[in-house]
Amino acid sequence: MSSKLKLATAWLDGCSGCHMSFLDMDERLLELAELVDVVYSPVVDTKDFPDNVDIALVEGAVASVDDEKKIRKIRAHSRMLIAMGDCAITGNVPSMRNPIGPDAILDRAYFENATIQPQIPCVVVPKLLKTVKPIHEFVKVDVFLPGCPPSADTFHTALTALITGEPLDIPALTRFGA
Amino acid sequence: MTEAPFDVKTLEIDGRELSARRGQTILEVARENDINIPTLCNMEGLSNVGACRLCLVEIKGSNKLLPACVATVSEGMVVSTNTERLQKHRRNILELLFAERNHVCSVCVSNGHCELQSMAQDQGLTHVRMPYRNPHLPVDASHERFTVDHNRCILCTRCVRVCGEIEGAHVWDVMGRGIDSMVITDLHEDWGKSTCTRCGKCVQVCPTGALFDKSKIGSDHPKYPDFLPYLNLMREAR
Repeated sequence: MSSKLKLATAWLDGCSGCHMSFLDMDERLLELAELVDVVYSPVVDTKDFPDNVDIALVEGAVASVDDEKKIRKIRAHSRMLIAMGDCAITGNVPSMRNPIGPDAILDRAYFENATIQPQIPCVVVPKLLKTVKPIHEFVKVDVFLPGCPPSADTFHTALTALITGEPLDIPALTRFGA
Repeated sequence: MTEAPFDVKTLEIDGRELSARRGQTILEVARENDINIPTLCNMEGLSNVGACRLCLVEIKGSNKLLPACVATVSEGMVVSTNTERLQKHRRNILELLFAERNHVCSVCVSNGHCELQSMAQDQGLTHVRMPYRNPHLPVDASHERFTVDHNRCILCTRCVRVCGEIEGAHVWDVMGRGIDSMVITDLHEDWGKSTCTRCGKCVQVCPTGALFDKSKIGSDHPKYPDFLPYLNLMREAR
């Protein structure tokens, strides 16, 4: 049995920029790999969110029924849930549709701006929720790591502290929109 | 017997014995003594309105919290500026400001130069516990040089005060009540059709990205409100 912590990262309604910034830790990822096993992530091949995850990093807001299902599953299977970046924490850019609603957005994209076969996609793609919300409006979040995206240094400092149990002062590291 | 040039008051702020002149506000005395009280609506060179409530302080012997920007000192006053209770209220106020309108820091012209954003960081805010209201608010880009984005307005009324008190134009004012309040130009005309003198003072004193210069869209948009006390000084000297 490996004594390493199990780390998962998940991608809801976000641009993947937080994951890119996470990867920007560069050679420090090797240090991190000494401490954790990445058991689920857009960058590994596991299809289902596993049981008994120690740390789950979630990027993106909850914008669809699928996102909501995912965040509840992630919460149920993770010991520590980290909201990664502004979309997960505030709704950020995905939530800019909230004042006008999903119908107006879909009409604009799939009818007004479509030249061939205007139609709203309804097969395979999940239904959009009325409003895009931060993940903490659905589940309990243990750590909030704001930023758009949080910098690689922020990731490194925060994850190191959380893994080793050192004190962590997040507002000293990052802010909304950083 | 010679009369003292000032009526001196002695008071205590955060455990420090300080002296002040009669009529000075708690905020003025605190700043003179390098005690930081957070503010958003206050601006050196403008009148004080006590709108943002961030500068609330505790006074010994009183249940009420007083806004330090308008509360004047009195003899023997014992003031606390940074108790746990005050910190809690300040975070609440900031969270309410974020929840009230659509402040999307990442795509704001003032990202990195915003007083609301840095205040949130200073006060240790990492998320907003209240649900966001997501109101549908207008953006008025009718002015040749400037834009007002009501999504990012915190109703500090600095624009209203600088326009009336310093520029003397009183183009800006506040319309509506409570949650429906909005800053307007003239009697709710488009800014571009208003009696605006195009001086741009309102843009420079705006703490957020609510008022911005069109030529700065999508780029760094630092603001330079430091002209205000200087301008007042020069006017007084005349």
